[in-house]
Amino acid sequence: MRLPGFRYRAPRTIEDAAAWLAEQPADSMLLAGGTDLLPNMKRRQQTPSTIIGLSGIGALAEIRNGDGLTIGAGVTLSNLVADPRIRTSYAGLWQAAAQVATPHLRNMGTIGGNVCLDTRCTYYDQNYEWRKSIDFCMKRDGKTCWVATSSPKCLAVSSTDTAPMLQALDASVTLVSAGGARVLPIADLFANDGMHYLTRQRDEILASIAVPALDGWRSAYWKLRRRGAFDFPVASAAVAARLDGRRVVDARIVLGAVSSRPLSADRAVAQLLGQELTDDLIASAGAAAAEIAKPMDNTDFELVWRKKMVRALVSAALHEIRGDDMRARRLQLARQEMLSMPASTSAAR
Amino acid sequence: MKVRLTCSVNQEPVDVLVDDYKTLLEVLREDLQLTGTKHGCELGECGACAVLVDGSPVLSCLVLAVESAGRRITTVEGLAADGRLHPLQECFADLGASQCGYCTPGILITAKALLDAEPNPSRERICEALSGNLCRCTGYLQIVEAVEAALRLGAASKQRQPLLAQSEPGAGQ
Repeated sequence: MRLPGFRYRAPRTIEDAAAWLAEQPADSMLLAGGTDLLPNMKRRQQTPSTIIGLSGIGALAEIRNGDGLTIGAGVTLSNLVADPRIRTSYAGLWQAAAQVATPHLRNMGTIGGNVCLDTRCTYYDQNYEWRKSIDFCMKRDGKTCWVATSSPKCLAVSSTDTAPMLQALDASVTLVSAGGARVLPIADLFANDGMHYLTRQRDEILASIAVPALDGWRSAYWKLRRRGAFDFPVASAAVAARLDGRRVVDARIVLGAVSSRPLSADRAVAQLLGQELTDDLIASAGAAAAEIAKPMDNTDFELVWRKKMVRALVSAALHEIRGDDMRARRLQLARQEMLSMPASTSAAR
Repeated sequence: MKVRLTCSVNQEPVDVLVDDYKTLLEVLREDLQLTGTKHGCELGECGACAVLVDGSPVLSCLVLAVESAGRRITTVEGLAADGRLHPLQECFADLGASQCGYCTPGILITAKALLDAEPNPSRERICEALSGNLCRCTGYLQIVEAVEAALRLGAASKQRQPLLAQSEPGAGQ
């Protein structure tokens, strides 16, 4: 498969990038690491007439200290994982970034690209001829959503690992356009629609992601995938919490890959606040979180099992945050043995 | 449209006109005739097209050639030096780590980056570093054992002289 033709432009500053993007916002796309856009272009899922390559903009590749950290959207996942500030202060983000794809793809792919990752679906992530044979789908070139043919909206799945964790860490994003910059909570960057999954306007560039200083918080990210390496999540749990001893002072739980956006599990959080983080409470919060998960039959694995696994993933993350040694469980998850254990007794002591 | 690409490939300067829609993989194979790097899934899933860009393993099927300007690229053709195979290549050959051979260039180049960066990686670490390289013959055990053997050979070869330097001056001419 060859790439379709396009005009390539390489700005050196974000101002130039924004100005050039504003010239043809509907037909231009931004290229960072290329690991999402270029396969999509080869399969003719995305066919921009102009590509604006961001890799020459040095300022996008920096991680800066401040009140927390400001991570340039062009920081590669490898560089993010190698940064000791991420590992020590934002363990869940480290776990999420370290589980994206493979070492090669993490050397190329960026945090901004992973946050903006195109939604995925069995009926969409196929080559042109395959999609043509089913008369295409709603997300590109067709009219019907083949996941649920009566659905008025596209049900493609949010498959980013880092966005749920960043949302659980209360991150905010800076979007830059020729008209200026705006900052919004990362939760507001996403919409629950497989086609229009970002609220980013076509002339805006995701420039940076700020995570606040989270003194006293702990975080964890748990991911379900077929192989121990290399796969997109088909369900994930991003949890951040501040504990006083074993009592939960504050918490956020965000689910990945069970909707068209990262999904905040507020009822599960409400159960936790002010309570001792006991095994029973962890099991109960995991079950409450799983209730809101809406996995569809358009990814790897069986959807009922994926929904059940949300309970196990949220529970595992909470156990890890409590300080339980979860290394054996992580190994089991990679081998798909996790569900054989009841979630309420999952702590590997 | 053709665009000019200047970079270094296997420590040699390259200055070519290439189609602007081409990937680095396509330029290496079609314009530079360096067909050691393999064209696999072309979607970033298999690792057959791995090359080093400025020392880091990346997938050349997902790199625009125009974005390689000024970069230092190393392909499997750049592994042998001074008339000698790289220790990784010697060990892959000796230990049968190459079956059909299609994944081998990507694995060699990825393993080279690991050995350059880490003096003594564990087996677990080797597997992790190679987790983006699929071998459809499934000869993973031999592959990992060959990388471990190359670790030992590489450490030993630092005390050895290259083959050419062992020859008498003018010998064999």
